[in-house]
Amino acid sequence: MDKTVNHKAWFLVLPVLALVAFSAVIPLMTVVNYSVQDTFGNNQFFWAGLEWFDELLHSERMWDALGRQLAFSAIILAIEVPLGIFVALHMPKRGVWASFCLVLMSLPLLIPWNVVGTIWQIFGRVDIGLLGHTLDKLGIAYNYTQDSLAAWITVIVMDVWHWTSLVALLAYAGLQSIPDAYYQAARIDQASRWKVFRYIELPKMAGVLMIAILLRFMDSFMIYTEPFVVTGGGPGNATTFLSIDLVKMALGQFDLGPAAAFSLMYFLVILLISWVFYTVMTNLDKREGV
Amino acid sequence: MDWMAWTLPTAIFFATIAALLVIFTILAIRFPETPRRGILRIETTRGDRLFITLLGSAFINLAWLGVVEAYQPYALIVCLVYAAAVFRWV
Repeated sequence: MDKTVNHKAWFLVLPVLALVAFSAVIPLMTVVNYSVQDTFGNNQFFWAGLEWFDELLHSERMWDALGRQLAFSAIILAIEVPLGIFVALHMPKRGVWASFCLVLMSLPLLIPWNVVGTIWQIFGRVDIGLLGHTLDKLGIAYNYTQDSLAAWITVIVMDVWHWTSLVALLAYAGLQSIPDAYYQAARIDQASRWKVFRYIELPKMAGVLMIAILLRFMDSFMIYTEPFVVTGGGPGNATTFLSIDLVKMALGQFDLGPAAAFSLMYFLVILLISWVFYTVMTNLDKREGV
Repeated sequence: MDWMAWTLPTAIFFATIAALLVIFTILAIRFPETPRRGILRIETTRGDRLFITLLGSAFINLAWLGVVEAYQPYALIVCLVYAAAVFRWV
């Protein structure tokens, strides 16, 4: 039986469209509008054309921040995804301990970003922090306010601490959906532990892992609060990621034009990468559906 | 609307995108289509191809500005060629 096609139903979404236009579309259009103008405050704008885009594309500042941002995302993904899978594989499948592990894993996810930042800011301090003080007593030079490498390690370990459990929980959900029959078949074939992982667990987890990678990538690519609280982008510019740089430009220097151009390019990169992830994900689903 | 400092070029930019969306909506209603597979090996509809075109055009314009550094409107010609290629082969 054919479905009735009635396009008048689209009018029912008009209120939502109006709301989204007011809260998202028009503000985004305003950013585009600011990106081609200059202002000295007092709400007076002057036409600047593509000047800001040109300036930013040739500025080391933006490329450096982008490089740091990509490095940060790549590093945390390279750590969190395998670690999350490893944790998920070793979590109990059922019983009281399974629930206990689930609660334990979700705890870091419940802590707000700025609190995580504050925890690590104090934890890492050499004078009063447990980690900083212990490392100092062990004779390991560690000072995230002065040493770039220490700052990077702190920010990365903090992110791993905060978000690995998200990957683990998603991977665990993927593992739980594998019927026992698969494992039985593998046992009959005397498949090794590695082969069980490679040919049963990994393919079954692929869908949720893609979601985990997408979520972690997006979140780490837009990270602001945690490094801002811990290092403030320093020492120097060592941990100044894109969003920290953007806020400095927009609110610190009140350069609305360049900041708008910067955010648009930032937005385009995020849009491109999300589209790639989304396309890969939907195609994986389709292949599984066949 | 003065306080929002709108300019004519931004208005033209958004009017073009809005017009494209309207045209593609009408096309989708008048001539329904089935998704097809192109050189990217992914299923795309007309709307997907429009999205790929617009996103790609933004990067073409940025690359033109940052690397080629020639007269900017020429980048639009590259975008048109790119759009034709996307709608033909993707």
